[in-house]
Amino acid sequence: MNVVIKKIVSSILTILVVACLVFFAFSLIPGDPAVAKLGTQATPEKLQALRESMGLNKPVAVRFMEWIGGVLKGDFGTSYSYNVPVTGLIAGKLPVTVILTLYSFILMIVMSVFIAILAARYENSHVDKVIQIINQVIMSVPPFFGGIILTLIFGLGLHLFAPGGYVSYDINMGRFMGYMFWPALAIALPKSAMAFSLLYGGLITEKKKDYARTAYSRGNSTKDVFYKHLLKNACIPVVTFFGMALADMIAGSIVIEQVFGIPGLGRILLTSIQNRDYPVVEAIIVCIAILVIVSNLLVDVLYRIIDPRTAVAEGDK
Amino acid sequence: MKRAFKDFNFTLGLILTAIVLIPAIIGIFWTPYSTETMDNAMKMAGASLSHPFGCDNFGRDILSRVMAGTGTTLIIGLGTVFIGTLIGTIIGAFTGYYGGLVDDIFMRFNDVMFSFPSLLLALVFVAIMGSGRIQLLIALGIAFIPSYVRIVRAEYVRARNLDYVKSASLAGASDLRIMFVHILPNIVKVLINSILIGFNNAVLAEAGLSFLGIGVQPPVASLGRMLSDAQTYLFNAPGMALAPGLTLIVMVLGISLLGKSKVITDR
Amino acid sequence: MRRFKNLLVSALVLMLTVALCGCGGDKAGDGETITVGIPQDIEDSLDPHLAMAAGTREVLFNIFEGLVKPNSNGDLVPAVASEYTVDDEGKTYTFTLRDGITFHNGEPVTVEDIIASIERCADTGSGDPLVAAFSNIESVTKSDDKHVVITLVTPDTDFISNMTTAILPASNIDNTANEPIGTGPYMYVSRSPQENIILKRYDGYWGEKAYIENVTFKIISNPDTIVMNLEGGAVDMFPRVTTAQAEQLSDNFKIEEGTMNLVQALYLNNAAEPFNDVKVRQALCYAISPKEIMDYAFDGRGTEIGSSMFPSFGKYYMPELNDTYNTDVEKAKALLAEAGYPDGFEFTIKVPSNYTQHVDTAQVLKEEFKAIGVTANIELIEWSSWLSDVYTGRDYEATVIGVDASTLSPRALLGRFVSDAGNNFVNFNSKEYDEAYNAAINSTDDATQTEYYKKCEEILAKEAANVYIQDPAELVAINKKFTGYEFYPLYAQDISKIKPVK
Repeated sequence: MNVVIKKIVSSILTILVVACLVFFAFSLIPGDPAVAKLGTQATPEKLQALRESMGLNKPVAVRFMEWIGGVLKGDFGTSYSYNVPVTGLIAGKLPVTVILTLYSFILMIVMSVFIAILAARYENSHVDKVIQIINQVIMSVPPFFGGIILTLIFGLGLHLFAPGGYVSYDINMGRFMGYMFWPALAIALPKSAMAFSLLYGGLITEKKKDYARTAYSRGNSTKDVFYKHLLKNACIPVVTFFGMALADMIAGSIVIEQVFGIPGLGRILLTSIQNRDYPVVEAIIVCIAILVIVSNLLVDVLYRIIDPRTAVAEGDK
Repeated sequence: MKRAFKDFNFTLGLILTAIVLIPAIIGIFWTPYSTETMDNAMKMAGASLSHPFGCDNFGRDILSRVMAGTGTTLIIGLGTVFIGTLIGTIIGAFTGYYGGLVDDIFMRFNDVMFSFPSLLLALVFVAIMGSGRIQLLIALGIAFIPSYVRIVRAEYVRARNLDYVKSASLAGASDLRIMFVHILPNIVKVLINSILIGFNNAVLAEAGLSFLGIGVQPPVASLGRMLSDAQTYLFNAPGMALAPGLTLIVMVLGISLLGKSKVITDR
Repeated sequence: MRRFKNLLVSALVLMLTVALCGCGGDKAGDGETITVGIPQDIEDSLDPHLAMAAGTREVLFNIFEGLVKPNSNGDLVPAVASEYTVDDEGKTYTFTLRDGITFHNGEPVTVEDIIASIERCADTGSGDPLVAAFSNIESVTKSDDKHVVITLVTPDTDFISNMTTAILPASNIDNTANEPIGTGPYMYVSRSPQENIILKRYDGYWGEKAYIENVTFKIISNPDTIVMNLEGGAVDMFPRVTTAQAEQLSDNFKIEEGTMNLVQALYLNNAAEPFNDVKVRQALCYAISPKEIMDYAFDGRGTEIGSSMFPSFGKYYMPELNDTYNTDVEKAKALLAEAGYPDGFEFTIKVPSNYTQHVDTAQVLKEEFKAIGVTANIELIEWSSWLSDVYTGRDYEATVIGVDASTLSPRALLGRFVSDAGNNFVNFNSKEYDEAYNAAINSTDDATQTEYYKKCEEILAKEAANVYIQDPAELVAINKKFTGYEFYPLYAQDISKIKPVK
């Protein structure tokens, strides 16, 4: 348990470091938020007044202290573009991205496990070969191109969903989840293909081991052997991949949000970069860092549950 | 049978890569038509003998643009991998070989960067440096460093206790010599594999960033940029999207098959 | 692990069910609701006095009104004021408050609200007043409960075009950005950043009430999804689709064609080498063909222009200036040689990357300049960099952009070319021009004034201040379930005129 606490403490430190880096990185960027806001109506006097009111005239160090002080209290300042607290702005969009990521994560696990077992059970059969080829191709398709193809086939061709017909989760949860299935699929497909390769490899190795034979000889059906015995062992090396995939999916959702017109964190992030709305950009990056680090932590804990050997090994150190 | 299948990976991978690479290399010196000259009469023209993939919304020959665009994408992919491998190997070699406090600090930092999705890292770097071909290349290169550091460092940590390193050290070889003359050739096998994977990731990341409107600037062609331009015309000129899209897929597929083949993995 | 499998199966079944049940599209367009796609969110302010972007103004047009407001013909018609009078000299303006007019919160509009709104925009506390022309106001006084008198420092017959400035309730005036309250046909309900802005019909509106009850402005920041949004039924209308998008739309949509009311040009930094030489600027004008640009990038649509004025301005527009420079490569080369560049030169066009139309135009220009030996490099920059480097910083050689008019006065277009104008981003410097412009704004007689404005336009054309191209066509895609769309000579999407087809 000690190890877990240590991990949590170092995670918090890491988040703080990320926060500092992000702040200074964006203080270096050329480009003036005041100019971006005033647009073609800018005059030197107006710019000066606006910079004053945005607090941009203060030295970087002072701004940093104010900012980090606020961040520790959960306050990321006020958005330049929307004149509302950043925390509230992001809180409204965060669920969209989190749900999309989790959705794709679940899809990835479901698809990769099913298909890997199917292929491994019929190793070297035609089914296996077809799956292998399709899998290799899917792995090579960029997610956004996959999203465009899904939209063309299922949205505009088969009318299974209305492209762009996003409904916010607080208006109709059912329709929200229905719409999110497709972007989640677009994110999950290439990741499933990679997870499939790893799982498949694991299953093939495990299949030849003695315990698998023993299980067969005890009269278990092939299905049972795969689901009861092989899967668990084959999963262990894949868990690390799942953790990385989760982090990648958060980034992937930013791109996919653009394809499917979903107003999540990604959309706000991109427009805020364009508008030099740094308080929002900084907050979103810190937010994503937290998501990434927390998901790594979860994978770590999960790893310990599936494979207690790791915990013992590290505890010994 | 099994061996043949592995060879099959290599052969197919080689063929697919060649299908994309040879025209791209030719494209650096010569394309059937100029990639920038416009022709109003040929706007959105379909496939024909003179224009096998048809023409785009400015009447530019798509084949020529795909040839040149693959070149741009290749340069970005290679540049990214070069920066990532070079800096990653140097950092990984030093931290892995010497270890100690510096190594601890570096690794903590590196782990943070590594756990950050590289697409997002590149996005942040592009936001800081501005968009453009060179900036994109540098941004992606920096974003890919952490993964190489991780791989190379692990190899050096393993290698520094091996007999051949110890004997070289006893024979009076300098640390630098041991690191780059003795150890490096032994990890090339591992590196080549991660270079191939890294190259694919870089190509896909370029496409993703260009799709978001960050990256290569028109009229320069790159596969990602062409794909994102083509989206508007998906209905009346699907060829505009299919040509660069398929090229991208075939290239990535070919290289990942090469990476899987026995020739590369068992050296 | 058996349980694990069951879990997987149920997860899969659940997801598929949800995906297939939740599919039905947004069945908007039942007559009571319209969803209008807009390319960007309101990122400056919901406060009409602080809003800057044209994209913001076109949405706020539905919520706020000034003492007068423009109609689709480009005339100013009374709004919050039911009538107004101007003395002969153009110094004193008297406005009569409309009877029974109320704000969206139900409160009646008072003379005090009008005075507060105008004084807020005339306040010089933070440097310039919010409305630049208001620096000419000497006083705003209440003559009785129904009348407001505005007195100017120097007479100005054109001043009325500034009175479209929104009238806000004095009690809420500084809270407008968070809670916009106006007098327009629609009232603000809510917004979700980067998602939508929701309006509802104001039933207490003084004029002709809107036909459609609910309006959602949906933000579609990825232009490539516009067609999908329209075809999928998520959006009923999208102003400013490209010709390529229009071609892809099915018969369910009608394409209304108007003009964008922009002066699209290759704007040249007149202070930078080699564009400080009029011959070089003229050479570029001879090198290009607006017709060709329209053919390549706009499918042949658009209206050629030859100076900083577009057709919606009626009598001020001078189509004859379009022929000042007709494409003539030899002449262009000769002019370049005279200017000392017989072998051409190289320069960079900075273009904001978010405007596909300008990026496309720059690509065609680059090809056209090749013919006269001039190499143009295109540099795409972000909109915010464009604003800070090109527009405010004036650090550029050339740029392609469309300049719009914020009011219905020709000053909105011509004022920026006065040598010392704060927004003279092309650094145009001509004594002759400054004199003509001053003569125009100081004349009280409409005919004389028009003459001087036209002279300004001629000077801009003759001096080749910029390489003028066109006023691009504006294509509005609207679902055939609706009718009644009207174009305005300013940035405005007037939803109150749109009605469902019964």
